[in-house]
Amino acid sequence: MPATAVIDTEGRMAENILYFARLVRGAGIPVGPGKVLDAITAVKTLGVGQRQDFYWCMFALFVNREDQRALFDQAFHIFWRNPRMMERMMSAMLPTIKVDREEELEEMTRRLADATGSSNLAASSPQDDEEIEFDASFTYSSKEVLQDMDFEDMSVEELNQAKLAIARLRLPIMKVPTRRFQSSLQGSQVDMRASLRASLRSSDSIELKFKKVQQRHPPLLILCDISGSMSRYSRMFLHFMHGITNDRDRIQAFVFGTRLTNITRHLRHRDVDVALDSVAESVDDWSGGTRIGACLKEFNNRWSRRVLGQGAITLIISDGLDRDNADDLAQQMDRLSKSTRRLIWLNPLLRYEKFEPKAKGIKAMLPYVDDFRSSHNLNSLMALSEVLSREQPRHRYSSLQDIA
Amino acid sequence: MSTAIPETIEDTLSLLSQGNYVADRSLATTLFLALKMERPLFLEGEAGVGKTEIAKVLAQALDRRLVRLQCYEGLDVSSAVYEWNYSRQMIEIRLAEAAGEIDRKDLSTDVFSEEFLIERPLLQALRTDEKGPPVLLIDELDRTDEPFEAYLLEILSDYQVSIPEIGTIKAEQPPIVIITSNRTREIHDALKRRCLYHWIDYPTAERELQIVAARLPGIAKQLSSQLVAFVQRLRQEDLFKLPGVAETLDWADALTQLDTVALDGDAIDNTLGALLKYQDDIAKIRGSEAAKLLEQVKSEVSNLEAMSG
Repeated sequence: MPATAVIDTEGRMAENILYFARLVRGAGIPVGPGKVLDAITAVKTLGVGQRQDFYWCMFALFVNREDQRALFDQAFHIFWRNPRMMERMMSAMLPTIKVDREEELEEMTRRLADATGSSNLAASSPQDDEEIEFDASFTYSSKEVLQDMDFEDMSVEELNQAKLAIARLRLPIMKVPTRRFQSSLQGSQVDMRASLRASLRSSDSIELKFKKVQQRHPPLLILCDISGSMSRYSRMFLHFMHGITNDRDRIQAFVFGTRLTNITRHLRHRDVDVALDSVAESVDDWSGGTRIGACLKEFNNRWSRRVLGQGAITLIISDGLDRDNADDLAQQMDRLSKSTRRLIWLNPLLRYEKFEPKAKGIKAMLPYVDDFRSSHNLNSLMALSEVLSREQPRHRYSSLQDIA
Repeated sequence: MSTAIPETIEDTLSLLSQGNYVADRSLATTLFLALKMERPLFLEGEAGVGKTEIAKVLAQALDRRLVRLQCYEGLDVSSAVYEWNYSRQMIEIRLAEAAGEIDRKDLSTDVFSEEFLIERPLLQALRTDEKGPPVLLIDELDRTDEPFEAYLLEILSDYQVSIPEIGTIKAEQPPIVIITSNRTREIHDALKRRCLYHWIDYPTAERELQIVAARLPGIAKQLSSQLVAFVQRLRQEDLFKLPGVAETLDWADALTQLDTVALDGDAIDNTLGALLKYQDDIAKIRGSEAAKLLEQVKSEVSNLEAMSG
């Protein structure tokens, strides 16, 4: 086995790298055995010299997303300060870990603490380390969050029915032409490669083959309001978001109340209950106030360039009741509408017949949306399919008359 | 024979500085490893922090050919890897027919051979010339779609391309591969796994000053320390798009073109377009905000000077 050979020659270093990799993996950064072998090779290439060089060497191999940096940094400093200390820590079962970091990193440290705690077990039975997941670290907040959610208005049976219906829901988003081709009899362009190959098979003349432009759904972005005023609907919408996330690729989902949370990765779980539990654990502003302007600003500044590429469509689900005064809101909506192909607003308040956009937030948002839709029941969600399936010229609402 | 690849991290740093590229030690370490281990280097960071530049500098300093593939949505095999030369193929077929050769099977192996292949950047990058294997820059990978990303997996892990009609073309010596991404979307883990990853941050004030000095040797010292301090402050502001190093250099250039020797409110307002590229941001900074920042910058710079002098 080549791996053991390496370990033999390099002695403790290779072994330490192995343990370090296990710690990093336990903390939630996926590091496979291939990476570990690479790391050992890299250290051999580099030679053991400066600590800083060693740090960046490990970094280059083990980290592959920007958001893993802080976690890696902590893991590195804890582990390589003194591997002996790790052993002591593992035997003392973690309460001694002390890392001076800002509060926002605390969660990660807890993750890391879990990983160090469990790697003790893993050392005795290596198969167990598959089980290390960072779910466990959120237990404290999740209980509180679950208590805070109050979407129990629907009876269990109603809820189940709704869930089933939503799971079946498909969104036929209109397709847009891409720059790729596919062969087609009705195509308008000659596919030279296929024609020439065909000509060598048949006799005499060159028979022309055709190709046409491929079409594809644009990416879809969903921004869903989970503030107090929306709480009766938010569970439904989460089911809705889960349903369509698993139906197709290129969907990004965010929820916001007082702050913005990206829940795309949580929704990828096939099982809707697992997915929603995982969302509930990661979000801590359920049923609170709404700061639409601030959340949109955060989205615009931090995320819009990363998730609105390739002509994405944006779906905002919100009642538009902003706790902050809506000064900044119009500006942020303007920015958002400029970065997206189409901006659709689903508003559950629209079911009231005498609804008028009097709230400041609604007035501020309305001029920038292309479609303004009701979304209080299953029917309105179904009707959404129809809106999304046609490509419309961009169109702006100036008053409520336009909505009807 | 071309310049040999560096043997230590210090060598890597000095190699980059030959090309007027001021790099962090962390970047040099990763680059050194990428060269040594013959792995692609995957660079992420905000726009304008010098990701693309590193490939250019590397090619120049090592005296290698630079093969650049600019990615865009819909980039496909025929424009990135290879294309058959159809007109030549057709002429060949006509000639063969005129000469009375009618063995179709022979003809097809004839026409679909390397002779009729038009090589695009990725295939070109597998060819070693007298200078050695080239530097392959795959720029802004996030702009392509997922299918193309998947196609790259074979090239990046085995340095080979499969062409159905011919077979596999493998590089004699692996090229030096630099991949950049602006993170307009996340790149798949499968691709990242094959690369060494590095995140390029905005530089510190000290390093940014070195960069300005290296790139614009003629600039007045006072101006450069002021403008770097100003940009550093600007990056603390709440803006839609923060200025990168490229913007700093543009701005420094703009100011020298206007014969500015020290920053003042008017000079900033007039040249802000070199630094900020969104109207909202410009409107926010122009005027009083810029004056406020400038005030802070001036006291900071004079403090520094007092301390050093």
